[in-house]
Amino acid sequence: MIARRLFASGVNSRIAATIALLLALAITVPFLNLALSPESPLHVPSYMVALVGKYLCFALLALSLDLVWGYCGILSLGHGAFFALGGYAMGMYLMRQIGARGVYGNPDLPDFMVFLNWKELPWYWYGFDQFWLAAFMVVAVPGLLAFVFGWFAFRSRVTGVYLSIITQAMTYALMLAFFRNDMGFGGNNGLTDFKDIMGFNVQANTTRSALFAASAVALALGVFVVSKIVASKYGKLLIAVRDAESRTRFLGWRAENVKLFAFTVSAVMAGIAGALYVPQVGIINPGEFGPANSIEVVIWTAVGGRGTIIGPIVGALLVNAGKSWFTSALPDLWLFALGGLFIAVTLFLPMGVVGAWDQWRAGRRARLSARHSPEEAGRPGLIAGRAESEKSRQPIGSPEPQPAE
Amino acid sequence: MKLLLLSLHVVFAVLFGTVASRGDDANLNAIVSKFAKARNFPAIEAIVRELAETADPDAERILLALVDGKLSVRKSDDRAFIVAGDGGTVQLLDPLSGKTAGEAAKADLAKVKVNNSLRRVIRDVMGSLTLGSDDPTIRAAAADTMFKSPDPASIEALNQAIERETVPSVKARLEQARASAALVSELPAKKKLEAIAILGARGDREALALLTAFEASADGALKDAALRAIRGIGSKLAFSNAAQNVWYGISLGSVLLLAAIGLAITFGVMGVINMAHGEMVMVGAYSTFVVQNLVRTAAPHLFDWSLAIALPLAFLVAATIGLAIERGIIRFLYGRPLETLLATWGVSLILQQAVRTIFGPSNREVGNPSWMSGGFQVGQLAITWNRLWIVIFALCVFAILLYLIKHTPWGLRMRAVTQNRRMASSMGIKTPWVDALTFALGSGIAGIAGVALSQIDNVSPNLGQGYIIDSFMVVVFGGVGNLWGTLVGAFSLGIINKFLEPYAGAVLGKIIVLVLIILFIQKRPRGLFALKGRAVEA
Repeated sequence: MIARRLFASGVNSRIAATIALLLALAITVPFLNLALSPESPLHVPSYMVALVGKYLCFALLALSLDLVWGYCGILSLGHGAFFALGGYAMGMYLMRQIGARGVYGNPDLPDFMVFLNWKELPWYWYGFDQFWLAAFMVVAVPGLLAFVFGWFAFRSRVTGVYLSIITQAMTYALMLAFFRNDMGFGGNNGLTDFKDIMGFNVQANTTRSALFAASAVALALGVFVVSKIVASKYGKLLIAVRDAESRTRFLGWRAENVKLFAFTVSAVMAGIAGALYVPQVGIINPGEFGPANSIEVVIWTAVGGRGTIIGPIVGALLVNAGKSWFTSALPDLWLFALGGLFIAVTLFLPMGVVGAWDQWRAGRRARLSARHSPEEAGRPGLIAGRAESEKSRQPIGSPEPQPAE
Repeated sequence: MKLLLLSLHVVFAVLFGTVASRGDDANLNAIVSKFAKARNFPAIEAIVRELAETADPDAERILLALVDGKLSVRKSDDRAFIVAGDGGTVQLLDPLSGKTAGEAAKADLAKVKVNNSLRRVIRDVMGSLTLGSDDPTIRAAAADTMFKSPDPASIEALNQAIERETVPSVKARLEQARASAALVSELPAKKKLEAIAILGARGDREALALLTAFEASADGALKDAALRAIRGIGSKLAFSNAAQNVWYGISLGSVLLLAAIGLAITFGVMGVINMAHGEMVMVGAYSTFVVQNLVRTAAPHLFDWSLAIALPLAFLVAATIGLAIERGIIRFLYGRPLETLLATWGVSLILQQAVRTIFGPSNREVGNPSWMSGGFQVGQLAITWNRLWIVIFALCVFAILLYLIKHTPWGLRMRAVTQNRRMASSMGIKTPWVDALTFALGSGIAGIAGVALSQIDNVSPNLGQGYIIDSFMVVVFGGVGNLWGTLVGAFSLGIINKFLEPYAGAVLGKIIVLVLIILFIQKRPRGLFALKGRAVEA
């Protein structure tokens, strides 16, 4: 169908543009920061590099949530846990890189272990002085947790709000666990005072720029992977599970496997985002596991528009830029603004900024084409498009209270 | 003549009496003056023991002053004084009479120094000194002190005290103190067997510690008797431990029940995920704070009634906010549970920040009325009144709610709407109003839970956040749409938590419970008491 091809090519061009933009950012921003003198009008200050680098990590996190929520209907309120686990894996590597330069000068034990009178390195810290192992763990730990958790949850058909609540309980339990000093992850203070990453000073401008570039490339890669997944046959299956899980199951698909794959891939992406985030902000602590953090990720995705690929990125950038501005200009009003955003987006912008923009454009095009050729107004594609947006606004049948599933 | 003799007697008696007490004073004075010469701790200890042997009530004051570091020696004439006050010049009190005896510059005084082992000695000898007190509670306290630090030398004093003692409970304690001393003494085995029996009957941890220490060094029949007593105490302690855990678990369970029962209505009956539920609890707690402040300033004599006044107000405030949320937000989101979750989370952020703006971010103090403070003892089990009242209150709220839902016309409508909305609507039930009022009811219940929780928790803007996950766990564990499930869920989670705590620690215990619930949901996705039939799939 013409409309579908148009639609598809439009989406593809948009994704291609996003990837190109991200790659361009990865090259130009470090250049503008390092090569230009601070007086130059085009110079990008270092704090800006760090700030936007952080946002890009958040955007990757939001994108990972979009894969499960927007395309598969699994509202995870525990994605912050995967992010934090990736961050901790990276943080452990960075801790080991400190070596004997810590306050206590112990070549093997991080400062907090010396402080807590630990005699030797716990077994799960072995090998974290090697970057390759840390990098593997960044992917493996969140992925494994998501796989095991998802395997249990999806197999016994825990869905909807139940799943949301137990993912929230999961991140809450992890937060409590990481707050404990006996866990060997620095307790309350977490991991901080990093010095080097792969031999380069974490504080140096060049390293920061490199991390920025890495975040941008990782995000571009994330966009590429998610768009490929969504465009594939498996992606259709994902959307089928989202819109009518029972029907998909009766058609012979294993809905739990479909979900499990998406959940695991998404957790891996979140872990990578966390690993890139930690060296840029210089600290990881158990607060990252807080349930409130995970819900904030949901609102980034919702603001940008779930079920679109660039939506979560736009949402993460917008909300975080807003947060940075609010917390410095009107710190008392930030929670009002955030709370209002939650309500306004769910009530008035169920498709998010990007979704609303698409809808408006589609509507305008329909009006224009209706004016030019009235007989074409009822093109099937547009009806389908409108029906889809209507449906995602009310995914479950009638607008009435339902006894919780 | 007879009269003369009698009066002579009286005179003599008075004279002798005063002489006798003068003699004591002189004796005491002589001992006290030795402090000036005492240059090291053993010397001071000797003086302390000498003071204790006088059994003079005045000695107690001197020893107390010594422990507090207030006993000083004037350098000019080597006389000991109790000093009072701070600064360069201090008041001097006569150690014997306790009366003022002039002033002195601090520089002119030398403090009599004490160290920890000396403090321990003083505490021990004070025990035997206070055995002669007129106040039974002081005598009992002295007996307890002596029980904890058994000393064979005090057996004689204890024997005398036991003979003199008239209060049975104090007498029992004195006998226990004597028994603990007898264990470490050179007394014959028969006496020790009696002592073991007495300690075994006491049956607490301290007796256990004493017996264990004794058992290690004893042999023969004594060892056997001690082992038997230890086993007896062990099983007794295990029982009281279990009882204690059950009680703490019930107490925690009642808190969970209070926090979750409103949620059981909004989530269980209506299927609405209200993430702002915890904030309703917080609103209730802050209402209590406001009411208490008003009562304190306007009618202080009504302070004991402040909670009773706060209850309906908290219900109304929270119910009104709940009604506003339902009419303003949730009614547009029915059938979209995930969106409801997000929107109510937004509401919770706004409510938190609003409270933070109005009342400040720090904890607010809510006082306990007199009938809720203090506690009582049942065997080894300490029960505080506020915990007990909260258990009773939670059960009352549960009973009222159950009655409301099962036996009133309005509850009937509510259940009808839950089971089959269209049919109920066709029968003329105004379903939107039932929704709104049910939500307001659930919020109001959270508000009165806040009144109760303000008594045992910090009233801060974060109050609600601490409860929201736990409450969801209770409702999900117990089974959605079933109040009995919530009751069973709350109490079993509370008790499991408290039984895990001694082995795993508070935090790890909580983590284990969360993991167990997550696993439990895999097994029974609809909770302990699942709805059956068509309503499940609706």
